[in-house]
Amino acid sequence: MTVPDSKQPANFSFAVREAHRPAWAVFGERTLTGLIYLCGISAIVFVLSIFVFVFKEAAPVLFGGKFSLAQFLFSTEWYPTSEVNKRYGVLAMIVGTFSVTGVAMVIAVPFGLGAAIYISEFCGPKVKETLKIVIELLAAIPSVVWGFIGLTVMSKLIVQYTGAPVGVNILNGGIILALMSVPIIVSIGEDALKAVPDSFREAGIALGATRWQLIWRVLMPAAKNGLLAAVLLGVGRGVGETMAVLMATGHAVHIPSGILDSVRTLTANIAAELGEAPAGSDHYRVLFLTGVLLFTLTFAVNLIADLIVRGIRKK
Amino acid sequence: MSDTPPLSITTRKLNLWYAKFQALINVDVDIKHGIITSLIGPSGCGKTTLLRCFNRVNERYGYVTTTGEIKLLGKNIYDPDVSLIELRKSVGMVFQRPNPLPISVYENVVFGMKIHHERSQLTRAALDEAVEKALTETGLWKDLKDRLDHRATALQLEQQQKLCIARLLPLKPEIILMDEPCSALDVEGTRAIEELMFALKGRYTIVIVTHNMAQARRASDECIFMLLGELIEHSRTEDLFLKPRNPKTAEYIEGRYG
Repeated sequence: MTVPDSKQPANFSFAVREAHRPAWAVFGERTLTGLIYLCGISAIVFVLSIFVFVFKEAAPVLFGGKFSLAQFLFSTEWYPTSEVNKRYGVLAMIVGTFSVTGVAMVIAVPFGLGAAIYISEFCGPKVKETLKIVIELLAAIPSVVWGFIGLTVMSKLIVQYTGAPVGVNILNGGIILALMSVPIIVSIGEDALKAVPDSFREAGIALGATRWQLIWRVLMPAAKNGLLAAVLLGVGRGVGETMAVLMATGHAVHIPSGILDSVRTLTANIAAELGEAPAGSDHYRVLFLTGVLLFTLTFAVNLIADLIVRGIRKK
Repeated sequence: MSDTPPLSITTRKLNLWYAKFQALINVDVDIKHGIITSLIGPSGCGKTTLLRCFNRVNERYGYVTTTGEIKLLGKNIYDPDVSLIELRKSVGMVFQRPNPLPISVYENVVFGMKIHHERSQLTRAALDEAVEKALTETGLWKDLKDRLDHRATALQLEQQQKLCIARLLPLKPEIILMDEPCSALDVEGTRAIEELMFALKGRYTIVIVTHNMAQARRASDECIFMLLGELIEHSRTEDLFLKPRNPKTAEYIEGRYG
C-alpha cells in the first residue's frame, strides 16, 4: 500500500510491518478504501444518472420530428392541453424565473453580505452566536411555509401598499425568495470573511485604516471568491426553488411588464403540471425537457461561477 | 554626539494586562531618535507587547487594559484627543510573517496614501512617483518594476517583507516598529532586511523585536533586555553584550536560559 518516498532512505521497517499484519486487517483496510472511493465518486454517478434519466424521458419529443426547439425556447405560447393546436413555448417562464430571481438577488445580496460583515466584523461574541443560530433557524423553515406567508401575509401587504390588482406577483415571489436565500448568503459569506487571515486585518489597522476602509479595501478583496460563491449559491437557490414561488408568483404565463405582474417560473410549471400530464405524452416529455433546460441553466451558472473564481485566483 | 539626543518614544510606569495576566510591569523606557533599538528577551517577556503598545494595535482585543504614559515625540498617545488613525500613520509596523495585502504590488504601496487622503488629492502621477520612490528605497524597484500589477501575495517571502516596509514609506512615518521581521526568512532574506534597516536608519526611528541575539548584536545601536514583563537593562548594544550591568542580562546573553 505504502509507496516508498524516493527522497527517503530505504525504509524497510514499513515493509516488515506490512508482511506481519494479519490478513483480516489488510482485507478490512482494502474494503474501507474501496467504500470511501465509492462515496467519493458517487456524486459524479448521481449527477450523470439523473441527467441521463431526465434527458431520456425528454428525448422522444425532442427528436420526434414535429417539435421545434426554437419554438420551445422563444415562443411565449404555452397551450399544452389545447384540443386543436398544442403549443409548447416556455419563454415566458424563462423570463419569469429570471425576473423573480433577479428581484430576490437585488434584495438578498446587500442584506446577506451586510449581515455577514456585521456578524464577522462588528458584533461581540454573544450577539454573534445568537445571530448565527437564528439565521440557521431561518434556513430551516420549509419552503411551503414561506409560500404560505407569501400567499397570505405578503400578498395582502403588497395590495395594500402598492395598489397592485393581485398580491401574488414578481415582487412577492422575489421577497420570499430573498428571505430564503439570505441565510445561505450570510453563512457562506461569513465563512469567507472568517477565512481571511487576521494578519491582513492587522496590516490594515497598523496602517491606520478605519473600520470601513478595512472592510472595503482589505476584507472585500481578500474574501471576494467566497463572497461571490455565496451570491451564486443564492442565485442557484433562486433558480431552483419551486414550492414557495409556485404559491407566491401568481402562476400566469405571460411576459411581465413590471414587478407587480404575475409570472410563472420553470420550476413551478413542472410541479403544477407533471402530475396531470399522461405519462409518455408529448406534454409529459416537454415538461421533462423543461427539466433539462433548468439543469442546463444551473449548470451554466455554476460553471461561470467556477470560471470567475478560477480567473480571480490565477491573477 | 550631542549631549541630549532627542527622544522618539518614552514610557513612564507603563503597565499592561491581558485580562488578569500582567504582561508589562512598570516599564520606563527612553528610545532615542533616528537609531535602531532592539528589544530582546526570552519568549513571553513582553517585548512584542511593548512594541504593540507604541501604535496601540494591542487594543483591538477588548480584554487589554493599559495604565501609565507613552509619549511619542513628546505627545502622550493615550490622551483623549489622539487620533488612532493619525498615530498609526506616523508609526509604521512590520510583522513577523510578511503580510502584504492580497492586491497588486502597486496597490499595496499606495494603500496607505489612499486611505489617508481624499481621492481628489491624489493624482496618478503622484501615486506612480510614490511607488517608484518607495520601491527604490527598499531595493525592489529593479525586480518588480515590470510586475507592479502582480499579486503581492505571490512574491518571494523576502520581497513580501520588503514590500511591507515599502508600503510604510509613502506615509512618511516617524517611527517604524518591527516585530521579528526576519523570523520567516532565510539567511539571505535576513541579511537583505538588515541592510535595508541600516539604509533607513537616521531618517526613521526603528524599534525591532528579535529572538535572535546575534541579530540584535549586529543590527542595533541600542538594546533593551526584558524579562517577565520588566525592563531589566537598556544600554548601547556593545555595552549590553560586552559588559552587562545586571547579572540577569549576563546570564541571558550567555545562554543560561531563554
